[in-house]
Formats: sequence, structure tokens, C-alpha cells
Amino acid sequence: MTTRRLALFAALLTVALTGCGGGETTDARPPGGAVTGDVTVLAAASLTESFTRIGEDFEAANPGVRVTFSFAGSSALANQINQGAPADVFASASPANMTTVIDAGNGDGNPRVFVRNQLVIAVPDGNPGGVNGLADLAQPGVKVALCAEQVPCGAAAARALDAAGTKLTPVTLEQDVKAALSKVRLGEVDTALVYRSDVRAADDDVDGIEFPESAGAVNDYPIVVLRNAPNQPAALAFVEHVLSGPGQAVLAAAGFQAP
Amino acid sequence: MPQPDKVAVAPARSAPSPRSRRTGQVPVALLLPAAIGLLFLLLPLAGLLIRTPWSTLPQRLTEPGVLTALRLSVQAATLATLLCLVLGVPLAWLLARVDFPGRRLVRALVTVPLVLPPVVGGVALLLVFGRRGILGGWLDSTFGVTLPFTTAGVVLAEAFVAMPFLVIAVEGALRGADVRYEEAAATLGAGRWTTFTHVTLPLVAPGIAAGAVLCWARALGEFGATITFAGNFPGRTQTMPLAVYLALETDLEAAIVLSLVLLTVSVVILASLRDRWLGSS
Amino acid sequence: MTADPNSPDVEPIPPGAPSPGRAVLDAHLVVDRGTFRLDLPLTIRPGEVVALLGPNGAGKTTALRALAGLLPLTDGHLSLAGRHLDHPGRRIWTPTEQRPIGVVFQDYLLFPHLTALDNVAFGPRRQGLDRQRARQRAADWLVRVGLADHARRKPRQLSGGQAQRVALARALAVDPALLLLDEPLAALDARTRLDTRARLQHHLAGHAGATLLVTHDPIDAVVLADRLVIIEHGQVVQEGDVATVTAQPRTDYVARLVGLNLYRGHADGHLVLITDGFTLVTNDRQHGDVFVAFAPSAVALHPHRPEGSPRNTWPATVAGVQRHGDNLRVQLDGRVTVAADITPAAAAHLRLTPGQTLWVAVKAAETRVYPAAAAATNAGVG
Repeated sequence: MTTRRLALFAALLTVALTGCGGGETTDARPPGGAVTGDVTVLAAASLTESFTRIGEDFEAANPGVRVTFSFAGSSALANQINQGAPADVFASASPANMTTVIDAGNGDGNPRVFVRNQLVIAVPDGNPGGVNGLADLAQPGVKVALCAEQVPCGAAAARALDAAGTKLTPVTLEQDVKAALSKVRLGEVDTALVYRSDVRAADDDVDGIEFPESAGAVNDYPIVVLRNAPNQPAALAFVEHVLSGPGQAVLAAAGFQAP
Repeated sequence: MPQPDKVAVAPARSAPSPRSRRTGQVPVALLLPAAIGLLFLLLPLAGLLIRTPWSTLPQRLTEPGVLTALRLSVQAATLATLLCLVLGVPLAWLLARVDFPGRRLVRALVTVPLVLPPVVGGVALLLVFGRRGILGGWLDSTFGVTLPFTTAGVVLAEAFVAMPFLVIAVEGALRGADVRYEEAAATLGAGRWTTFTHVTLPLVAPGIAAGAVLCWARALGEFGATITFAGNFPGRTQTMPLAVYLALETDLEAAIVLSLVLLTVSVVILASLRDRWLGSS
Repeated sequence: MTADPNSPDVEPIPPGAPSPGRAVLDAHLVVDRGTFRLDLPLTIRPGEVVALLGPNGAGKTTALRALAGLLPLTDGHLSLAGRHLDHPGRRIWTPTEQRPIGVVFQDYLLFPHLTALDNVAFGPRRQGLDRQRARQRAADWLVRVGLADHARRKPRQLSGGQAQRVALARALAVDPALLLLDEPLAALDARTRLDTRARLQHHLAGHAGATLLVTHDPIDAVVLADRLVIIEHGQVVQEGDVATVTAQPRTDYVARLVGLNLYRGHADGHLVLITDGFTLVTNDRQHGDVFVAFAPSAVALHPHRPEGSPRNTWPATVAGVQRHGDNLRVQLDGRVTVAADITPAAAAHLRLTPGQTLWVAVKAAETRVYPAAAAATNAGVG
């Protein structure tokens, strides 16, 4: 949650900075086909770890490029783009938020799904609630945290529970997946439905349990170059890098699935 | 001074105050920043009003979730304020009237929730009152009381964040109050408790009211500590700020409507309380 | 720390201390506050009004606070109506609220949120009376101070004089063994003060307990008190009935207070040697160390050395002139400083200007001479 707010602030700051200085340094394609300049990527919070790594790799492969990330909730980022934030790339954790941007005419070309994420049952280390499958979440006395349905992980959880025909009353509907996960970490709830990548990114004190019903609630992550991208060549190159073998390898290591 | 026995009831406000006669002389150096400051505070509000979907407003307001969240917000903020009064006024008294070692440190510590990001406050509350917290585990095993994810948890989180406002206001009032009234009460046979209830409290009542109003307003708008400690569940822990935040994820207009409701209710309540409690002093 | 207030022990009387006799208040107040030390033996009999006088910083307020229990003694003792209230040597301490006292504060300190009636009823309520009876007693007291029709007023709706009377009623309503008055008239303007002083005198006369009046105003003291205790630098410098103290001041402060010129010297018959080579001739015959006092009105000023009857004449220069009632008070420097009261007409005749040299004349018959050796009632003068 803190990260989210900080990210929001950072995004605004980035927007302000790049908005001022973008014109001089961007859109420079030197001879040889390599890209240079600053490229600003707005990415879903769940991509924080993997995209940071991919950004380093991308900079190493393209000397002269500097990647700036702003990680936040996909809906917040979509709002910023539609309010005119100057950025090059948008990577969303849900098709719905991407649709918002495309519908507003802010995308350049069609978005491409670069990765998929699947829900797992997160339990604290040692699994004190004795949770082994989705049905256990409905057991009396088991405290469950879900994401609110307004955010992607909540929508996915609702689909998965529907598919399994499981009805349950969570103790809380968290505002994002990281908040749900932190409730598990602190041991305040026995379990939560979160993305596999989030469990992977968490420390050892959270375990993920795969469950078959999650197949019915897979979340697609689309990425797009933005229409008003100040540095379009670098933006295109970045998207290609994400979709390339090395980029996909980093994402797979982070717990994401290939599309 | 007038003659002793011929003075009628002389209302203090009958004479025009010197200030009111000088309104024509407000220096521009003060007026300009004051006006800009006011605009700075009001323009975002105007922004909300401009974007309000007036045509669909009635049906949005009657959605069941809105009233539930509003009622919960007002109830929780009021209970949190009561909790702050019960605990905060004695604390303020201690800080203002009793000279104990480490008083300055304690006074600084009281203001910690002011500077602590509320979300961190929520985590800190979980570490103490949570299921695995220092006190929470004991409360659970001994009394079967759990605070996270309950309305009581909302009250606790709001009280934690809002109490410094009350303590600071009341301590200021106590320091400003003349302790000699308390000495006079003692010479008339009043012990410390009676003096506190019969003399000190009435003397600082305006300060307490001001502190309570600030405290209530802060509690009403509380978001970070509440969602972290008490979670978010409609009807139980979802207060208006939480509902606003989640509405922002999908529906900006719904968020604006909810914000307007919260603003209207708080402004109406604060304005009426200010008139009743604080007078026009 | 609260020791048995009903202790039957009677404090052994230290040698040299005043006999408590039937005293309601028997105290030796010793308070050490760094560089300042109050050392004040004080006894007051039932019905007696004692005025504690002294310049600013003399320790009057300290004494009052010690008596009220707002300040603990560092030594000495304090017993009131047979109860030991404060005795550091025996670790006895009684908090303010348990002392049978009533205090009228300088600015009254009426509780602003209570009516006059409830202010007066506050003490009786604390003594255990129910609301009804406490209010009845308060109403009786308001009648006595002539404010029955002001019972429902809040303090801010009362004039200064009325507030003072409510404060007095509030202090007396608890039937205190010791009534403490802290500059009770200082906050009033001159006109109100006259009337209020007269009323206060009436009520003090009716008070059966002891009364201590702390003041720096000699008129209050002279009008209201039976006995004066004058302190300077925390020490008693003079004590006695009003007539004695006003007639025979023993320090410059007291002399100024009562409006007399005062000199200390060595008497040999009718001659008193004040300083080297300066001698006053007096009618009284004394030997040894003495005080010589005379009123400023007994001093005559002349533009030239007067001829004839006055035995005491010397040259002096005008240091200052002030109004003093209908007359002018002229301060003069010279071999001794002296104050003279003259009429405006005389002043006009003399064409008074600062630095001007005049001749001072004092008739021997106008001087009073009394021994400087401390008498029983007079604590030592340096």
C-alpha cells in the first residue's frame, strides 16, 4: 500500500520532470539502429520486481537509453494517461484498464498480451489455518482476505470462486493484491487469493498453493506504446524486449506465465 | 470603572470590538496571500463540484452501499472521538499539570501519529492488537476479543490517528487556563478530582470542544490506518474514505459522489457544532 | 504525608516565641527558596485581624501561600484551631483542601462558569452539604454582603466591588478558622475602594476566626487591622498595634508607610547625634540609641536662614516635589534627607525649583524620640 502511494507520487514527479525536459533528449536514433534517450514506462504494481530487472537488461543492451518506471495500480495509471501524463509505455495488470486507455484514443497500435498471471492460495508460513484447497476457504473459522472486486485480483478471485461454486465471506476486501498479501504475512488472516507472482516476490514467510479452479480466472497483462510517446523508437524497442526471450525469462522466473 | 452597585448586566459584546472598526485597513500584504490560500483550499472542491454527475446524482445517492458507509463513518468517527476524550483529556491534563521526568519526551511521543504515515500506523496497530500482536493474542485467548476487521478496529484506528489533535488542543487550553482558579478551588475544600471536574473542565471546555471537533474531522476522513488495521468490508469496516478509494478504481463519478456526500455531512455537522460549542468567540 | 490532623499533641513552645495563648493561628513560617528566606513567627487570636505589611518581595505572598497550603514550609510549624497542619520536622502535611481556611484572592478568582450563588455554594458543597442546603447557605451570605439580587449573575456581569463582596462571601461561607485576604482592595478604583473597605471592616468585625490581611496599602491596614506585622526581606521588622507602629516607626520602610521622617541616632538628654556633626534638639529626654521621628507637616522651609524660635535648622537642596493630598511634598537632600509638606501658596512664595537651596526648620516640640533597643513586641532592627 505504501509502495502504491509512493509509486503514485513518483509517477507524478516523473511526469513533471519528463514533461519539462523530454523534448531535447528524445527521439534520437543514431546511426546503427540503436535507440537512445529516456523512456518512461507506467507499469502495474505487480510488475515492480520483474520490470525493474528487465529495465536494467534493456539499458545494458542499449547504451544511451535510460528507463524510468512508475509503478502503481493499473487503474490509477490509466487515469494518469487519460489526464495527459507524458509517458511512452503502459503495461496494465488487466485488460479492463487497458481498454480505458485505448478507448480514450491514447494507445498507438493494438495492445499485446505479454504475460498472464494466475491466482494461488496464499497462506502464512506453516499454514496455521490448515488450508489445502479452495473449498477450505469456506470452512468456518478460516479468515480469508480477498481483493475488492473493483481491482483485477478481486475480479479474478470472484471468477475463480464462481467457477468452483464456492461461497465464502471474507473478513476484508483489500484495495490491492499487495495489501491482501501483507495481511497474510502478518498472520491476520489465514489465507488470501493473490497472484502467483506476488507470492513468488514475497519473502519465505508466505507459501502459495496452486488450485485447479484458477485456470478459469487467468489475468492477461497487456502492454502498449502510447500515442503521445515522447520517445517512440525507444518505447517500441522496450516493448519488443519485454516480448523477447530474455524478457519472458525474467517474467517466468517471477512467477508469470507466458501468454 | 463604574460605580459598584449601579452596573447593570453589561454584555461583553455590546460594544463594537476595535477590530471591526478597522476592516477597511487590511494590508494587501496579508490580504493577497490570504485570498490565494483560500482559493488553494477551495478550488479542488470546486473541481469536484464541476465533475459531479448531477443528472444521475439522486439514484447514485440512494444506492444502498452509500448510506451504509456513511452511517458507519459517522458512527465510527463519533465513537473514536469519545474514546479520544476519555483517554486524551486526562493525558492532556497530565502533560499540562503534572511535572514528571521525561514529560517533554512524552509530549513529543504523543504527536507521533501526526507524522507517522497512517498506513504505517495501521501496521503498527496490527503488530500490537493483531491476531499475532503483543496484546491482540492475549485479548483473543482471554476475552475472545479480536479487533482487526471489526468496527471496533475502525474506531481504534481512527482514534489512534486522531487523538493527537485532541491532546494538543486540550493541553494548550489547560496551559492557557489560570491555575490559580484550581488553587482557589482547593482553598474551598475541593480535592484534585473535584477541582478537575468542577473547575478545570468547565474552564477549558471551549478548548476541549475545539479539540473534539478537530479529532472528529480527522477520524471521519481517516483512510490509511483504517484500511490497514480494520480492512475493508461493506457494512462492517468500509467507511466512506475506503468506499471512495475503491470506487476510484472503476468509476470516477461514483467516487466523486461519495466524496461529496462525505464533505457535505462533515461540513454541516462541523458548522453546527462550531456555532453551538465555540460560539463566535 | 498527611499525618493525624487530630493529634492531641501540643507543640512545645520554643523559647522566645510569642505565647500562643488562646491563639487560633500559631505558626512559625519558614520557607527557603534559594536566595530568599521567609522566617515569620505569627500568632493570631480569635476575632483578631492582623495585617501583614511589607514592600514588594518582602515575602507577604509566600507567607499567605504557606498558610493556605499552596507552598510547603521548609521548617517551623503551622497549627490552626488546635490542628497541626504543616510541620516538616514531624513530617506532618495537610493539603490545602483539608485546611479550615478561606481565601480572598487579589483578583478574586471567582469561577467564571458559575453564578455568584454557585460560587459561594462551592465551599459548603465540598463540606458535604447537599445542593439545596449549600445554596441556602450561599444565599444567606449573599444577603449579608448585600448582593441577594445578584445571585444569578455570572462573575463577568459583576462590577469590581460586587465581585470582591462575592469573593468575601465565598471565603466566609466555609466558616474558616483562618481568613486570608490577599490585597483585597488593590483591584478596585479609589472610589469603590472606600465603600468596599467600609463593608469589609464590618464583615471582619463579625468574623469569629482569625484574619490575616496581606497588603501593601497602609490605609487598608490601619482601617481594617487590630495589629500590624511588618516584614522586609522575609523578616519581621516591626510588630504592634496600629497606634504604636504609626507613631514609632522603626525602619525607613515603615516610616515612609506611615508618612514620617525617621532618623536613628545617639541621644544624650535633649540632644540626638544623627550623623557626624549633625544634631537634632528634641523635647523628649532620652539616653542611648534612639529613633527620632517627625511628620513632614512639621517641617518648615525658608528661603533664608530663619531667625528665632526653631531650634533645628539646616540648609538643604530640593530633590523633588510631588502632590500630596492638597499640599505638596518636597524631598530635600543635605546632611540628612527629609520630606516636608507645604501648601501650594508657600511653594509659590518659595519659587521651588530642583537644586534650589532652602533652609529647613523643625521645632523641637514636633519631634518624637523613642529607644531603638528592641522591645518585646518589636523584632530586631539591624
